Amino acid sequence: MELYDLTIHQAHELLARREISSVELTQALLDRIAAVDEKVKAYLCVLEEAALADAAAADRRRAEGEDHPLLGIPLAVKDVLTTRGIETTCGSRMLENFKPTFDATAIIKLRDAGAVLMGKTNTDEFAMGSTTENSAFFTTHNPWDLSRVPGGSSGGSAAATAAGECIAAIGSDTGGSIRQPASFCGVAGLKPTYGRVSRHGLVAFASSLDQVGALGKDVTDCALLLQTMAGHDPMDSTSAELPVPDYREGMDRSVAGIKLGVPREYFREGMQPEVEQAVRQALDVYESLGAELVDISMPHTDYCLSTYYVLAPAEASANLARFDGIRYGYSAPDAQDIWETYRKTRAEGFGPEVKRRIMLGTYALSTGYYDAYYLKAQKVRTLIKQDFDRAYAQVDALVAPTVPLTAFRIGEKIDDLLQLYLVDILTLSTNLAGICGVSIPCGMANGLPIGMQVLGNAYQEATVLRVAYAYEQATDWHLRRPPL
Amino acid sequence: MKLDREQVLHIAELAKLSLTEEETELFSEQLSEVLAYFEQLQELDTDDIPPTAQAIYQRNVMRPDTTAPCLTPDEALANAPQRKGDYFQVKPILD
Repeated sequence: MELYDLTIHQAHELLARREISSVELTQALLDRIAAVDEKVKAYLCVLEEAALADAAAADRRRAEGEDHPLLGIPLAVKDVLTTRGIETTCGSRMLENFKPTFDATAIIKLRDAGAVLMGKTNTDEFAMGSTTENSAFFTTHNPWDLSRVPGGSSGGSAAATAAGECIAAIGSDTGGSIRQPASFCGVAGLKPTYGRVSRHGLVAFASSLDQVGALGKDVTDCALLLQTMAGHDPMDSTSAELPVPDYREGMDRSVAGIKLGVPREYFREGMQPEVEQAVRQALDVYESLGAELVDISMPHTDYCLSTYYVLAPAEASANLARFDGIRYGYSAPDAQDIWETYRKTRAEGFGPEVKRRIMLGTYALSTGYYDAYYLKAQKVRTLIKQDFDRAYAQVDALVAPTVPLTAFRIGEKIDDLLQLYLVDILTLSTNLAGICGVSIPCGMANGLPIGMQVLGNAYQEATVLRVAYAYEQATDWHLRRPPL
Repeated sequence: MKLDREQVLHIAELAKLSLTEEETELFSEQLSEVLAYFEQLQELDTDDIPPTAQAIYQRNVMRPDTTAPCLTPDEALANAPQRKGDYFQVKPILD
């Protein structure tokens, strides 16, 4: 096995036994990036020198007797998390040369643990999109088929993980932006409960939906990354003041007797038949492991798309008001007065999808339409959450497809807005309800990975990890690597 | 719900976003399509349903009102497009 194919826990074992050094491991990944990133285009920037320096520091800490599962492990970070002194672009011209003066809390925790920061990965502009086609810089390619999208918005992190351009990666999930690209790229992707990981330093898209999470080659790696990033942070008043459990403890317990809900509305008419088949077969695996399958109805599933596309753009329109050309980021050079500074900076700095969502959100919040759109959507959000509350009164977790289809061709859906938005139809509800979920590979169709998601109630990450881990142990989809 | 040109320009002004002629036309079309889709929300009776602003609700998060280390003026101004002394410099606000 090549070093770049290792998981976090495999690499940690070799590092702990002194069979490899972090410098060797990091160099192997830099070589891999040099060999394949021209094709995959996962990274917006690769921190060659800094990564090797981080690795050398990690080797010194280990030599001094320190140990941590992430000490010396090379990670990629989605370019929506601030990194002190390192460009943080959010995939936007607006922040093309922006060097933050502080690290995001999640980054501080990863650095304290000794992780090596390989670089910043591509994303749809301000995380708005499902393909990375909305990045202002370039589109990332799916490592399984370079003519296809990797999914998004954390498409760079998912592609880098699948392609062996990092050991694992950090992403963010506002409506499926970790789970959907994980599904398209055949890796594991964990979206923690809202408030489980601090959002401080995560550039805000929709503040009531955003959450930092992990992408890895298997479930154990997601657990290790969550373990390091989770916890209360005084800098994020919405972060939970709850103790962080040991996520690996009990992860290998049998799922015999566990109740898994199968939400019938998530097996939609028109979904790709191979996706439905793969997830149904995964349900058979769970049954053979002794889990009890329970038919569940989530009657408001069809309203998730509308609810999300009112609320997320409304919050985005408020959050992105900060890009005014005055304090940081792009500033239109030829404006005559402050109003022109605002209008031109935003016209020239934002791309089409971001402008579209700002317009949509501004409309939904404007006088005369607030009740009909924003307030209405907030009420439907309550109904969606109640669907989940009723489900979790009966079952321990839900199992469903992550996306109704496998990765499509670059350019295939970019011109049909509603078709593109529908790609996220099965992931949006998790964020609206604030709960947690993990997507793991569960099959292949025509050489492309299929993903399923395990959704758990708020703060039930240990349960979803355990359920996902049981499937992983019984199957070998997570061991497949793209033919690059 | 059809958004006409005038409404699109009004929203753009609220968002402080200048649009090209093509964008104005495109957004009028696309936003109308999306808003028509949103009409499905009106099917649901929500009269007695409270709104949800945050799914995991935290009430009144407080902290002691004490000073703590923060950015220096140079750090705070490090990314300023235009700086004058320890201030952000802006274009005229009043004529």
